Amino acid sequence: MKIETRTIGDVRILDCSGKITLGEGTMAVRNTVRDILKSDGKKIILNLADVNYIDSSGIGELVSTYTTVTNNGGQLKLLNLTKKIRELLQITKLLTVFQVFNDEQAAISSF
Amino acid sequence: MNNNSNEIAVILSSALDNLDLIQSLADCVTSFMSFDEDSAHWIGMSVRESVTNAIQHGNKLDLSKQVDICFKVFPDRLSISVRDQGSGFKADEIPNPLDSDNLLKPSGRGIFYIRTFMDEVEFRSLPHGGTEVYMVKKVSSN
Repeated sequence: MKIETRTIGDVRILDCSGKITLGEGTMAVRNTVRDILKSDGKKIILNLADVNYIDSSGIGELVSTYTTVTNNGGQLKLLNLTKKIRELLQITKLLTVFQVFNDEQAAISSF
Repeated sequence: MNNNSNEIAVILSSALDNLDLIQSLADCVTSFMSFDEDSAHWIGMSVRESVTNAIQHGNKLDLSKQVDICFKVFPDRLSISVRDQGSGFKADEIPNPLDSDNLLKPSGRGIFYIRTFMDEVEFRSLPHGGTEVYMVKKVSSN
């Protein structure tokens, strides 16, 4: 699991790649978002285009991150879901929770 | 139903590091059986979720306890059994992750995913303690 962070205006974009699974992968997302919140970042986009595998713990981490960001007065949006991540979110009704985008500019403009 | 099978049995210690290993084995089995890419992915995920539960919740990460996994390859289906040495649990008491009260909970979706992606799923209490998750994916349901 690798995360590279970009900043466009006041929006932080986390380009995630690899696996988001129990342990290292979920901790990477959690720690990166925690650091952004500490530095007063409130607008966060998770770009999941290059996440080639996610398990239920990874889905749980997306939910947990969403809750953490929201509780800190921020907003979290998802960008470029793979077909499988979309399916996992859909069957657990989580597509009703997250704002999801296929276009980066549209995601940025939505804040 | 054809009951001639080849059997692959594996014993793992209760270390989460073993998850990638068992998923790789599941991928080999599904590739051998020529499941389509989507089915193979979901079978691999179901195995991973079952073994995660066995290690984490069943055996509580106790390295002295083992997880027994058995793949049975039939002409028309794949069955997988995952056994832990924990104190057992009742699958029907697991909260429904789709309930609005549970939607934002960070955990509790693994078994739901297994039930969604596999054709048959049973949770069995073992006579000497522990739980077996028994799953079947039919080749015809590809």
